[in-house]
Formats: sequence, C-alpha cells, structure tokens
Amino acid sequence: MSNILKPENSEQIIDIIKQTDRLELIGTGTKRNIGNLIVDAALVDLSLFDNVELYEPEELVISLGAGCRRKEIDKLLAGSGQQFAFEPPDFSHLLGCDHTGTIGGMVASGLSGPRRLKAGGVRDFVLGVHAVSGRAEKFKTGGRVMKNVTGYDLSKVLTGSWGTLAVMSKVTLKILPKPEMEVTLCLDELDNDQAVRVMSLAMRSSCDVSSAAHIPGSATMLRLEGFESSVRARVEMMKNLLKKFGDIRTEEQTSADIWADIRDVRHLSRDEKTPVWRICVPPASGAEVLRAIEDKIEAKAFLDWAGGLIWLEVVNHPADCADDIRQIVSHYGGHATLIRASTQLRKNTQVFQPQPKVLADLSKRLKQSFDPDNILNPGRM
Amino acid sequence: MTTPVMPETDKTTLSQRLQIIQQLKQICPGEAVISSATGMQVYESDGLTAYRQPPLVVVLPETVEQVSRVLAYCDQQNIRVVPRGAGTSLSGGALPLADGVLLGMGKFSKVLEIDYDNRCVTVQPGVTNLAISQAVEAEGFYYAPDPSSQIACSIGGNVAENAGGVHCLKYGLTTNNLLGLEMVLINGDVIRIGGKHMDASGYDFLGLITGSEGLLGVVTEVTVRILKKPETARALLIGFQSGEAAGQCVADVISQGIIAAGMEMMDRLAIKAAEDFVQAGYPLDVDALLIVELDGPEAEVDYLIERVAGIAEDNGAVSIRASTSDEERAKFWAGRKAAFPAIGRISPDYYCMDGTIPRNRLAEVLGRISEMSADYGLAVANVFHAGDGNMHPLILYDANKPGELAKTEKFGADILRLCVEVGGVLTGEHGVGVEKRDLMPEMFNEIDLIQQQRVKCAFDPASLLNPGKVFPQLYRCAELGRIHISGGDIPFPDIPRF
Repeated sequence: MSNILKPENSEQIIDIIKQTDRLELIGTGTKRNIGNLIVDAALVDLSLFDNVELYEPEELVISLGAGCRRKEIDKLLAGSGQQFAFEPPDFSHLLGCDHTGTIGGMVASGLSGPRRLKAGGVRDFVLGVHAVSGRAEKFKTGGRVMKNVTGYDLSKVLTGSWGTLAVMSKVTLKILPKPEMEVTLCLDELDNDQAVRVMSLAMRSSCDVSSAAHIPGSATMLRLEGFESSVRARVEMMKNLLKKFGDIRTEEQTSADIWADIRDVRHLSRDEKTPVWRICVPPASGAEVLRAIEDKIEAKAFLDWAGGLIWLEVVNHPADCADDIRQIVSHYGGHATLIRASTQLRKNTQVFQPQPKVLADLSKRLKQSFDPDNILNPGRM
Repeated sequence: MTTPVMPETDKTTLSQRLQIIQQLKQICPGEAVISSATGMQVYESDGLTAYRQPPLVVVLPETVEQVSRVLAYCDQQNIRVVPRGAGTSLSGGALPLADGVLLGMGKFSKVLEIDYDNRCVTVQPGVTNLAISQAVEAEGFYYAPDPSSQIACSIGGNVAENAGGVHCLKYGLTTNNLLGLEMVLINGDVIRIGGKHMDASGYDFLGLITGSEGLLGVVTEVTVRILKKPETARALLIGFQSGEAAGQCVADVISQGIIAAGMEMMDRLAIKAAEDFVQAGYPLDVDALLIVELDGPEAEVDYLIERVAGIAEDNGAVSIRASTSDEERAKFWAGRKAAFPAIGRISPDYYCMDGTIPRNRLAEVLGRISEMSADYGLAVANVFHAGDGNMHPLILYDANKPGELAKTEKFGADILRLCVEVGGVLTGEHGVGVEKRDLMPEMFNEIDLIQQQRVKCAFDPASLLNPGKVFPQLYRCAELGRIHISGGDIPFPDIPRF
C-alpha cells in the first residue's frame, strides 16, 4: 500500500496500467471504504486531473477532470446559479472523512440525493467520458450535447461502476439551474405507513414534488422548488390535499438544510462501528420493507425517495444480518448495499446485492471487456 | 438507389432455409412463421424506405419462452437475427438480412400492470408509445418521451433506439424514463434488470441496453416511469428576422433558469411549407419561428409566458403570440408536427438528418448548411429541437432524377461531419442503424469503436444479433480479445469494411 501513483495525464495512466497488476483508484479517498475490500493493490491518486476544461452555463454543460474537488465545482456552478440537479451526497458525516470528494468519485459511485426522485440520478446527467480501460487503452464515449444516441451509452456503464472498468480522466455533465426558491412542508407524528401513503399521494398530485422523505418519530417532509409564484401556488394546493393528515408546517429558511441533512445521511449516527445499509425498493413498499427488517433486526432508519430509499443503521446486532436484509428486500424487488461497515464485516459480506447467475456472468463478461486482467479496483464490486 | 453493403451472406444458412422454417414452426406454431415472398414484403424495410431487403424468414413469437427458444436455436445453428418492433426506425435499424431471421415483436401487445402508487407501468414491448399514455390517461398520468411516430412506434423499439421527442430537455429521453427490463440474450437466457425501484443494482445494464439498436438482446418486458400531467400548458409562437436571433433567445431563456417543456425552431422554408399545408397561422415574413411550450401549475406557466415573451422582445422578436386555450396551443404545434409531411408536399422526396450540436454553434452551422445547399444544388428545410440542440435538416430531392439520391446522401454525410466538427454528434434520436454506420469513424476512433464492440461481445459472442448495424467494421470477438492498439494504428487493415 505504500506505493501511491499520481499520474498527470492519460499517457501516464496507460503506463501505470501496463506496469502494474492491481490498482486501486482514488480521488480524495472519501468513499474508499465503500465496496468489497481491495487487497494488495497500488494506489492511483487522480487528484491531479483537476482541470475545468469547459463550462458553458447557457449550454447547461461542464466538462472537467475527474480529480476536480466537488466543493470547488459546486461553488463554480453556484456562481452561475446552477447545480448538479441529482444532489450528490457528502458522506463526511457518515464515513468520518473531511472531504466532499471528487467529480470522478461522484460519477464512479453513482450516488444521488433526495432530488433523484424528480430529477433523475447521476447516470442521467453524464453526457460523456474520457477514460483509460484496464487494457491500457484510451477511449471516449458520449459527447457534450444533451441528446445523443450515437453508439452504446458507455458513459452510463461507467457511472456507478466503482472504478472497476476504466480510469475516468475527464467527464462531461449536464447541469441545471438552481431553483429560485424552495419550501418544505412538514407533517409531524405520522407512522411509517401513513407517511408512505402521504408521500405517495403527494407524488400522485400535479404539485411537482421534488423530494419526499420521512424520519420516523420526527417528520414527513415534502419539498417544492421552482419560481416563487409557482412554489407559493403549489404550497397551497398541497396543504389542501393533505390537510386531513394533520397540521402542516412550512419551512422556508431551513428547507435547504433539511434536505442537506437527508442527502448526507445525518439522521444516522456517526458511530463507525454500526453498519449502515442503503436499500432501494419500490417506493410504496418502503414502510412494509422497513417493518419486516425491524421485526428481525434492531435498527435506526429513515425513508427518502417517497419510500423508495431506506437508509438503515443496524444497532446492537452482533451477527451478520446481510442475508436477512437481502431476503426481505428481494421479496419486494430491490437491492441492498452495505455502505458503512468494519473491515471484518466487509471481508465476510457481499457489499453489493448478489445477482442471479446469468446476470452475474454477464457482469463478469462486461468487466472483462474493459479489464480482462482484473487490474482496476479488483474485487470491489 | 444506393444500397448499404451488408455482411457477406452465409450460404449454409441460405441452403438450409426450409429446415429453418420447419424448426421455427415447431417453436412457434400456428401462423407465427411467415415465409412467402408476398407475406414477407411488409418487413422488407422500416421507416428508412430507401433501403429494402427481404429477410430469410419472419417469425412472430407470442411468449417469452418462444423468443428464448428461437434465439437459442439461431445461436446453436449460427443464424443471424434481426429484431423488429413496429418498424418505424428512421436509420434502418430493422433492415432485414437475406440470411437473417426477422424476429417481430408485434404480438407482445399487452399492458401488464399499472401501478399508480409506484408511478410506473409494466408493458410488453409491442405496446405503442402512445398506448402507454392512453392507458393511464384517466388518472391524469402520461408517459413523457413522445417521438413523432408515437402513434405507431413500440416501446420495445423506443428502448432499442433510446427514442426522444420534443420534450427531452425537461423530461429526458427513453433512458431517463425507464425503470426495468426483461431481455432475452442470444443464447436464450432471460435476464431481468431493475424493476419498480430507482437505481438498479450492479452495472447500469438499463443504460447500456437502451439505445443499443437490437445488437445486445431482445427486450420482452419494459417498466417505465409515468408522470402526473402538468396542471396546464401554454405555448408562445415567436417570429424572428434571423436564425441567430432565435438561437440567442433560446440561450437567454435557458440562462435565466427557465427549462421549457419544448422549444422548437423552424426556418423560412419549413415555416412556409407547414403554413401552406395546415394553415397554423404562422407568420410568413420571418426567417425563424420559435415555439416555446411551458407547462406546470397555472401560476408558474402564466408567469413564465410573460418572462419568455420579454426575453423574445429583448432579442428583437418581430411577432409574439401566446396561446390562451388548448385549441390555440394545438394549432401552434400543428404546423411543426406536420412539418415533415408538409415538406413531402413540396418535394418528391426528402432526407431527414438528425445530428445534435452545441446550441451556441447554431448560426454558424445553419450558415454552412445553406452554403452547402447552394453547392449541391439541393434545397434544405430546417426543423430544430432548439432546446437540446438536436437538428433535423430535411434535404429536398427527387429520387427519380438519376444520381440525385446519391448526391443527397453525400450532402447528408457532409452535414453530419459538420455537426461532429463543431462538437456535436451524428445522431440525437434516430439511431445509427445502417444509415450512419459508415460515418461512425467521424466521431469515434478505432479504439473507441473497438471498446464498444467488445461490450457487444459480452452479450453476443458470435455477432448474430443485428450485424451490419451501428459498427462500420465487423470483428470476430476472439480477435478483439487479442487486439492491442498503439498510436492509433488500425488493426487488421485487410479486413474489408462494409
């Protein structure tokens, strides 16, 4: 592990891949502890790929090095009143690190925040990628325009591939304007089932809800964003629609913070010893899945994506509960990923949901098509 | 008429035609196998009618098991397969092969499940795009992507082509509205990806398969996201003295944080043809016409109509009309929606291109297209998804004049080269198919294309699914595994390109 390589350009990445058997790729390393353990690999630090090659706000496009720091890019975009609409999370609370991470890490992990419900995920905003495959070949995919069906969409395949297919050097992303204002409607004291019903009802309305989350024992929250006149009108529509479920508070000044806390999973503890799972299920079954899990495991949890995303912290549970969780989740259709775990637990548990054999074989062949010698992030996925 | 060069016909397959028909009849009994010349005629081409080829045989399976058995049989016997949805492809994606089984998915026409609580619909792939919206209309929902062929095109074909429409900038293409798929691989294995949840697990196969043009597998079930219809929608009809001013107006609208549901531009020739055809009330004294549609809650739409109208004025608009009823809005759109047939009235034939460009290069690209138009002696009408930069130049020609189609195709290729040159791409929504296959090297180098083909090999190692589409050069997968490229040298220079 002592060997840290810091390439400056794609040619150096090619040389590194040619000369090394096993490589672990990092930006600032904030998500290094997510995924199956990578052992005996040389570390490739991509932080020198930090060039913003192109930013055209009126074209809604930015093209930048994978090593660019998220914080700086967020600031750059905010300067033009824009943002990444998929709200990439900052795991510094959850995973105890002091960075927000890099653009490369954001794309490679494919993780999105509360607004994914309306706006789509990271994969929906990646327009193009330049990368070096595990074959030590430099290639590109996609482009910089909004609408493109020329060739396979390998940009999507690389998004969320956790660095197992190729070393991304440059990515091109679609960006969107920041909404003029946001308001959060809060309903207190709903149980999980009621909360999922309320969120479902809100999503079925034409109020254009951009985020819907429920913190058990606390509040059920619905976010409305857009131009002020529109938001105000929708707040009234929504209040009318939901009045039978109890009093409704509106949060305006604190709205952004409310969703940042949900995005960054701050409702779970900072305690590194307790495992944290990220569970995707059909939204309407969120409460039911959570109940089934809590029947077996002592846990602290909350729901995002109108019930479609469960963040779950296993409290005081000595044994490995992956099988229990996955059995329940599979029954409803979905998957569970272990996001925070001790080294020991990551060694003994499949971090990502195991796939049926035919799909697992296909995934393996896909990996081999990019990286036949299993050089890049070996074993991580 | 020009014909694209297709992979060399496999004589063994041709010689076994009768046995193949018999086998397919055993797998798919009844009327599912069509082998007579007249019966197969309708399958000879798709929406790109310039290219025609009768298939070896047509098979129309009804069940996933039949699809699986047909594919497994073809795999074992080394027979090529061309999947087909409704046959509306504009790039020849479903063009048959003389030695290929044409696998039509038209009988997969059921809506399987409507789930309002999870806001999704599961359908068989032969269901038309519009039928999905119609199935959920009563509850006020709809399916967002709306290709102009939506009345006829199937959702399976939409997945294969990653179909778009006029609302892409705000609502995305097919790929952004898809939640789950069932697909049969060439060896007959059935895989399921995603479902009713967001963020499918593992590698993003949903993203890879969408837009793969029938080269990776045959989709047998599709789950899409549905949306609540916006409370209201209004449109602006704005005339400008130049394409440049219209383009600047679009840029300013977006810069001010307004993402319109649709922004369409037409040039003078297209405006005139459309107005003559449907009398939409378009101004005829302008060089560019912009339709901007805004949707959402009434308060928002009314507010934004005012703002966009203001931006248009600032950019020197010479006429601005805002719709005050759904009828009027429909009338604004009528001309745009009829633009293609309208051009068909003024020219014996037309050829539709589909490149996408960075919007800020619009004026330059329009200028150069008009120069080329003069050079080639062929008129061009421009229809443009202005919000997302997707152009549809229509080249007017007469196929009965000797050499004119060939000249048109050359002109079209020049337009696409120009799109790539300014930072754009060959196709925004129609697909590569056979039509743009040989232009792929304009956008991708050899390594880029080989990496894509290696991915194809992970699904279809013998290249039996839809060969001759998308890639300008066919490699055997075993060769691709061994190839090592350095310095951009072309490997196997002696392999014929087709």
